[in-house]
Amino acid sequence: MSYHSIVMVKQVPDTANISGQVMKPDGTVNRSKLPTIFNPEDKVALELALQFRDRFGGTVRVLTMGPLKASDLLRDCLYMGADEAILVSDRKFAGADTLATSYVLSEALRKLAPYDIIFAGRQAIDGDTAQVGPQTAEKLGLPQITYAEAIIEARGRQITVKRKVDQGFEVLEGTLPLLITVIKDAATPRPFRAKRVMAYKNAHTLLELEKMAEANSLLYVDQLKDEYVSKGLFIPTLTADDLDIDVERCGLSGSPTKVHKIESVILGGGAHETIPATKDGMYALIDRLMEDHIFG
Amino acid sequence: MANYFTDNTDLLFHFNRLKLEEVVEIAEHGYTEAKEYDFAPVDYQDALDNYRKVLEIVGDITANSVAPQAAAVDEEGSHFVDGKVQYAKGIQEALGLLTQAELMGFTLPRRYGGLNIPTTLYTMAIEMVSRAEASLMNLFGLQDIAETINKYGTEEQRQEFLPQFASGAATGAMALTEPDAGSDLQAVNMLAYQDADGQWRLKGVKRFITNGNAEIVLVLARSEPGTKDGRGLSLFACYGKDNIVIRRIENKLGIHGSPTCEMQFNDTPAQLIGKRKFGLIKYVMDMMNGARLGVAGQALGISQAAYEEALRYAKAREQFGKSIYKIPVITNMLMDMRVTLESDRSLLYAACHWVDLRNKLEEKADLLKAEGKDSTAENAKLKEATRVAALLTPMAKYVLSENSNRITYDALQIHGGTGYMKEFNAERLTRDARITNIYEGTSQLQIVAATGGVINDIFADDFTAREQKETSGSLARLADELKEMRVLFLDALKYVTDKTDKHFQSIAAKELVEIYSYLYTGWLLMDEAEEDSRKVFIARRYIIGAAAKTRRNWDTIKKDLFADLLHAEDILI
Repeated sequence: MSYHSIVMVKQVPDTANISGQVMKPDGTVNRSKLPTIFNPEDKVALELALQFRDRFGGTVRVLTMGPLKASDLLRDCLYMGADEAILVSDRKFAGADTLATSYVLSEALRKLAPYDIIFAGRQAIDGDTAQVGPQTAEKLGLPQITYAEAIIEARGRQITVKRKVDQGFEVLEGTLPLLITVIKDAATPRPFRAKRVMAYKNAHTLLELEKMAEANSLLYVDQLKDEYVSKGLFIPTLTADDLDIDVERCGLSGSPTKVHKIESVILGGGAHETIPATKDGMYALIDRLMEDHIFG
Repeated sequence: MANYFTDNTDLLFHFNRLKLEEVVEIAEHGYTEAKEYDFAPVDYQDALDNYRKVLEIVGDITANSVAPQAAAVDEEGSHFVDGKVQYAKGIQEALGLLTQAELMGFTLPRRYGGLNIPTTLYTMAIEMVSRAEASLMNLFGLQDIAETINKYGTEEQRQEFLPQFASGAATGAMALTEPDAGSDLQAVNMLAYQDADGQWRLKGVKRFITNGNAEIVLVLARSEPGTKDGRGLSLFACYGKDNIVIRRIENKLGIHGSPTCEMQFNDTPAQLIGKRKFGLIKYVMDMMNGARLGVAGQALGISQAAYEEALRYAKAREQFGKSIYKIPVITNMLMDMRVTLESDRSLLYAACHWVDLRNKLEEKADLLKAEGKDSTAENAKLKEATRVAALLTPMAKYVLSENSNRITYDALQIHGGTGYMKEFNAERLTRDARITNIYEGTSQLQIVAATGGVINDIFADDFTAREQKETSGSLARLADELKEMRVLFLDALKYVTDKTDKHFQSIAAKELVEIYSYLYTGWLLMDEAEEDSRKVFIARRYIIGAAAKTRRNWDTIKKDLFADLLHAEDILI
């Protein structure tokens, strides 16, 4: 049998490539200077979903909540092979913490039902909370399997998943529909497909069409939308009006998380330490580097 | 994320000044393909945008997935177990990625699953692949084989073979060389005969065949019993695997990821491609010209990688209390390498431009003829493009492959003792570069192929027009150098043609072809210098250096350096 999946993806700042200009003197991040990337574990989640589709058939849709710029991410998903991409975006959603985000996403998912599996990356590299996936499952009343590293089998409504735990793994069985969060080692994301890149490079979200219309008084959003829909190049966009939601639970007002303090940590050089050039000295050094997360 | 397309400013420079309007217009049949295929461009700008995006994919895969495996591929090499050839792990993975990315039918028409992208862009992709891992190019760069079937096969053959290439299900090999037929392909001995049912079959041995383990093999074989020369040879396509015995794979100096096979054909069933007797004189010559451009691209990619290794090492390595990059002798070597690299790129993409133009004009002229329309204008342009492409292809292959050896040599030299060790990439690149001026015709044969165009001075009008153009400032001085070089060229040419000694002419051809390449490349760099002020530096160093080499070549000819050839037996003891 074939299965219908939805992958939750996120565009994140490229925290691995932070240059000097990115940190402001007060320790906050200057987002405009920061390049954005496909959150690595979300990309793996999409790959796992695509591999699942290759094996069993069905469809893969992707869903992201984000601003205009997140449209790039959705095109990337189409380039990799997603059947459809959906943007959830509204000014009312801005400033959301994980609680408000999972609330909006779960409401969007209700609109996109039916589905068999929701995939998500374990966590995003900007917040490192690993909360959005599990919270979304809770809100939808779905079972969840976190830290998945492989889908072993799917038969009817039963799915068998291998998940990583400290010191090893466990194999779980679940009943569909369910939500799976995926770790980085689960798969290697496939490259963009040349034909899809050429075919979908002009696919646009509603926000992008609005921007085009703002820049040119001869263009009207409704007409543009019709035109893009007819060409198969419209990326569906859900706003607050499209969802049955309580606005108070969205965005800043729906986010109890408050940033208490941000500290700009400047690493300074300390005292020297001589490590003896022996086997024991080397092992001690490796242990120290592991402790400091420089290794491993 | 690293990207071999977007991080290479010089490659981008050439991409941004592509003038392929005419080529793309023909290739896209006036942009009507867009009605049928959602990934076909609607106009020239859209096509360029497509090309850029496809090259970005190549740049991503090569930089992030292929390059990190290069040392391991070199170390592991190909395997030959129980009569079967197996690629190195890194090669298998790379082919998997290129297939997933839909890049294995780069130039093929869309109706067979290809991308319908011109040769110039394909060569840019080859350059990036080779920069990452030279031997992968031998698999990725074999798309000319499919191109040959596309051009000369029947519609049935196209439908049978091309989708297999484009989907990545099959790789190709061109089986030309035999133990006694290397540079001299007219001596090919492989027998092709028709059995009682009229089925063509092949019998014999091919040697040194790149990727001889391929699923689809093009074979040059003697179909006309009793003949001895090239006119008795025809071209065949056959399936490999169970139909051909691989006897061994070679243990080579470089390009370890690409298996080089000895193949035995035991009455292997095959299909005739095109017409009988045209195998060598038309189809193989055409296929090899495509492959020569590919090898030039491969040489350039290796040069790029070697230059970068040298630059990075020179900056990091400290001696005498400073980075060796700051020692003038080293800086100067690096600048020579850089200028050679950039001038090579100019020559290669100029050659590609003319090859694309020739291929597409040919297509258009054929189409017009088939429709019973007048093709006089196309034929005139085609004639010129054919002439120019026939000169620039071997010239680019000669110049770029020799320079790749020079650049990798200097890159290793800059590394000093370290470069001689396996830990660094310089030695691998040096070994990989060494094949580029040997296969697909040695440098000596490229000179032979380029000689006609040089002796006929086919760029005479072009050079004259450029000489008459106004230039100012430092470029005017460089233009004077080029004018002087031309005077020396014509003088040397006259001297060589006046002597009716064929042996002397064949030897002096190298000197003449080199001078002609300096002139042509020099003027290309002048154009670039007018567009981009940094390129003035490149043009300056290139042209002043080329002028000195031109004087040396002129001297060699005029002072009869080769007169002692008559005494070869006394000298060669």
